[in-house]
Formats: sequence, C-alpha cells, structure tokens
Amino acid sequence: MIERTPVLNFVTHAVLLVGLAIAFVPMWLVFVAATLSLQEINTPPISLLPGSHLWENLAEAWARADLGVKLTNSLIMSVAVAAGKIALASITAFALVFFRFPGRMAAFWLIFITLMLPLEVRIVPTYAVAANVFSPYQTILDVTGFSWLWQQLTGTELALEWNLLNSYTGLILPLVATATGTFLYRQFFLTVPEELMEAAKMDGAGPLRFFREILMPLSITNMAALFTIMFIYAWNQYLWPLLITTDRTHRGTAVMALRQLIPMSGDSTGGGVPDWNVAMAGCLIVVAPALLVVALMQRFFVRGLIASDK
Amino acid sequence: MDRRAVYKTAWIGGLLLAPQLLLVFTFFYWPTGAALFWAFTLERPWGGGNEFAGLDNFRMVFSDTAYWGAVWRSMVFALGSTALAMGLALLFALFCDRQLRGYKAYQTMLIWPYAVAAPAAGVAFRFLFAPEAGVFAALNKIHPDFWNPSVNGFHAMILIVVAYSWKYLAYNFIFFLAALQSIPRALIEASAMDGSGPLRRMWDIQLPLLAPTMFFLLVINITDSFVDSFGIIDLTTHGGPSKATTLMVYKIYFDGFKGLDYSGAAAQSIVLMLLVMALTFVQFRFIERRVHYR
Repeated sequence: MIERTPVLNFVTHAVLLVGLAIAFVPMWLVFVAATLSLQEINTPPISLLPGSHLWENLAEAWARADLGVKLTNSLIMSVAVAAGKIALASITAFALVFFRFPGRMAAFWLIFITLMLPLEVRIVPTYAVAANVFSPYQTILDVTGFSWLWQQLTGTELALEWNLLNSYTGLILPLVATATGTFLYRQFFLTVPEELMEAAKMDGAGPLRFFREILMPLSITNMAALFTIMFIYAWNQYLWPLLITTDRTHRGTAVMALRQLIPMSGDSTGGGVPDWNVAMAGCLIVVAPALLVVALMQRFFVRGLIASDK
Repeated sequence: MDRRAVYKTAWIGGLLLAPQLLLVFTFFYWPTGAALFWAFTLERPWGGGNEFAGLDNFRMVFSDTAYWGAVWRSMVFALGSTALAMGLALLFALFCDRQLRGYKAYQTMLIWPYAVAAPAAGVAFRFLFAPEAGVFAALNKIHPDFWNPSVNGFHAMILIVVAYSWKYLAYNFIFFLAALQSIPRALIEASAMDGSGPLRRMWDIQLPLLAPTMFFLLVINITDSFVDSFGIIDLTTHGGPSKATTLMVYKIYFDGFKGLDYSGAAAQSIVLMLLVMALTFVQFRFIERRVHYR
C-alpha cells in the first residue's frame, strides 16, 4: 500500500527486530555456549561471541549421550510415524468420504473423539497396554468366557502376549493412532469434485484403483504437508519414548538423550551444575534435524499445521 | 457431506477403516476405560484383583492440598504462557503483515522456534537463566540470589513459562499470520481510501476479523499448556524447588510411575481428561457455528 508513515514504519521495524531478537538470540547464545570451554562458560558475564571449542564439545556430547544410536532411532521413529500416518490417514479418510455403509458415522465419531484424549492424560494405562498389546483382547476373551471355552476344548491355556516395550513398534504405533492426519485428509477429499469419481466409475475403475491412480497423485502437496508436520511431531516426542524405552542405550531417542547431558536430581550424578558447553552442543545436535526439515519444507509445514489443527 | 457419487461396497469400506479403528480402540479407548476402572477401584494390598471404591479415590485426590496446589500452578502456568505467547505473536503478526521491506526474513525467523523440541528449549533456557552461567550470572555476582530458579519457586515458574512461550509464540504467529493473509486486501484498501491509517485499520478491521482465530488459539494454548508441559518441566526444574513447578501432568506421572499409586493417578487423569474435553467441546461448538454462518 502506498502511503507515507515514516514514524510508524520505524516503530514497525523496531517491534519486528525485537521479535527477531526473541526468536534468534536464545539460539545464538546456545550456539556460542557450545563453542566455549568449561572454564570460559562458567565465567560471567555470558559470552556473546563464539570461542574455538565447538568441535570438541560436539564430539564430547556425541560420545557422552551416544548420539549416533539415538539420532538413528529418532530418524527411524519419525520417518515411520510420518509414513504410517499418511498411509493410515489416507485410507481412513477415503473410506469415510467416498463410501456409504452402515456404521460410517459412528466410526467417524469414534475417531473424532480421540482428539480430546491426548497421550499425556492417559499415560499410565497406555503404558500398561504397550506392555502387552493383546491385553485388551485377552481381557475381553476372559470376561466373555471364551478363554474358558478354549481351555475346555483344546486343553491349553489361551494367553495372548505381545510386548511393545523397547521396540520400534512400541515407539511408533501409539503415535500413528492419533486422528489429526485423518481430518486433514478428510478436508482435502471433500474438496475433490464428484465428477472425477463419476468419470472414474464410468471408465470402469473400482474404488481402489480410483484411490491409487486419481486421489493419491492429487494429494501430493497434502502428503508433503502431513509428512513434515508428523516428522516434527514425532521427533520432538519426549514423554512417550521415556516411558516405553527402559533400555535407554539401544532404544532411546535423541530428545531423550538430553537427560544424559543434564544431571537429574534423582540420578547417580546427584544434581549439581551441568557442563553447560557440552549440554548446549548436545542441544544443537538434537535440534538440528528438525530445524533443517522445517527450513527446507517451510511452505508445507505451515500449510500442514494450519490445516490439521482443527 | 451429501455426495451423490459414492461407493456402496460396504465390506471394502469397512476393511479400509479397520486398521484405524483397531489402533484407536487399543491405544485410546481401552486405556481410557482402564483409567476409569482404576479411578473407581482400589487394588487390594495382597493382590487378588481390585475392589470397587466408588468415589473414594476422587475424594482422596480432592482432599489433598498438594493436588490443589498443582491445579493452581497449572492455572498460573496456563494463563501466563498463553498471555505471553499469544500477545507477542499477535503484535508481531500484525506488524509483519504490513509487509514492509524485509518482512519475509522476520517471518521465517519467527517460525523456526516451533521446530525446536520443547525439552530442548527447556534445557536451553535452563542454561540461559542459570544463576551461575546464564544472562543473569553477572547480576548474581553483585547481589547473590538476585536470580536463582533452583531455590526460588517464583523464578522457576518464570523459567518454565518463558521456555514454553518461546516455542508457542512461533506456533501462534503462524496462525495469526495465515489468518491476516486471508483477510481480503480489498477491505483494507477500501478503508485506506476512506482515510484510515495503518493503526486504525488494525484496530477496526484486522483485529475484529481475527476474533475467531484468537478464540481458536486461546483454547488450543490453554489445552496444550495443561498437557504439553511435561518435557520442559522434567528437564528444567523437575517440578521443584519444593514442588513450585509441579503441574497437573507432572504430578500424574510422578504419582503413577514413581509413587505407583495407580488409582490416585487414574483419578487425576480423569479430572484432567474432563477438563481437556470441556475445552475441546467449547472449541468445536464455536467452530461449527462459524462454519455455519460463513
């Protein structure tokens, strides 16, 4: 808009510079901290210019928290969650939008309500389920008397067990189960013109063919958006990996590994002051992949975030 | 919702829905049911199943002053972080939307913090606010304990609010900016023709049109502050000093996994669940109405 408002323009830039500082200065100071020696960092005032120990600190953090394994775990988990989410969300939304059958609305509401039950409010029982995924079904069979019947007929005890603790499946499945992506896909499918489907039907394509050859190619941007958002979501998980991996050395994730760089009050390290330079170097490593994904996929990221959180 | 062209082969539709329904049942409804079961029963001390306890667990929870302390602190945390993250995000979005030179750079930088994992942000701010090495270290040299979150509960609360808001500032900014960009330019231009300056347009046109977004973000921010605070607390203050930052989720985790009080933790979970449901319900009612009137 063409208008002359020099004072306001100055104020605008000033305010936005403050915003920039709020976003950037903490990141910068963390970076600087990661380049200092232990002695330098514990000498106030806080340093504003980088020192020369960056590589040492990165190497030290890498070794101390065993980040090679942890980053690999995080990567496997995040990619699997994002890919699984896309697969699951697209077929579920496809069934909800393009099919008519009894019980469809009930299924819709069943999935919808899960948005109100975040993992954090049901952690203890979800952990119990993860310890044996079949426990719900075992209980149902026990209560309905089927187990008893089975025992009478075959003479063996019916015991279903599938332990997810310390497994990739356990890290991934509960995060894939959420309903967010389903609704993103549903919104998109609702905008697909009916004529497309009629034309596909006319040409003799069945539902699966229509899904594979028409809907999937149309939803590429949607997929990219969902992939980005779910990748970040999974990468940044903390509470769930913490619960489900008791074998922290082999199955821990990168974000969890931060615990090893910060003395926890309850641990053997007994609290106290962390080696901040190493801790901050660890922070940089852990955060870098997620930052990179957002920087590269910013357009999709913003799109996915805005469309999915409804 | 009313499509003419649909498939009626029920079994394919059912088959496609099955995986999601199975997962949702296993990881959502069953645990929620289990939480309800635990909340209304009490484990017998020598094993042998649970006995029905009615509302006893809830009575225990509600008569515990430590619980009300956690509720109160959760409220403080929710209000503090929501006000800080939303207020600043709105200010920056409004000014960024003026699209002066270089606005793209501001925009990009303000979005990035959202990629940072909350626990990592927590660790970073724990360092920045560390009494011995952070930004306030120099002041602490002059006046010992001028700033010390490991001793002063109020300082610890400020620390987690700031760390949490830093990340959610970016989140809110993205939504505000998108909402501002969806306001038709013609409206702003017409208003400019009538002689209103930029501030006047912000106040009379953009802010009222942002109301739905603000409401949406308000609910999301409050809900998330109840459930999403765990990582930050666990890596910065561990709920201390002397429980000054033990919020509701942290207490559930602590009572459940460290104290092994499943019934108490389950009762607390149910309360938190109802709270989240109530908030979400309000939000959906509202969104439905907005869609309806559009």
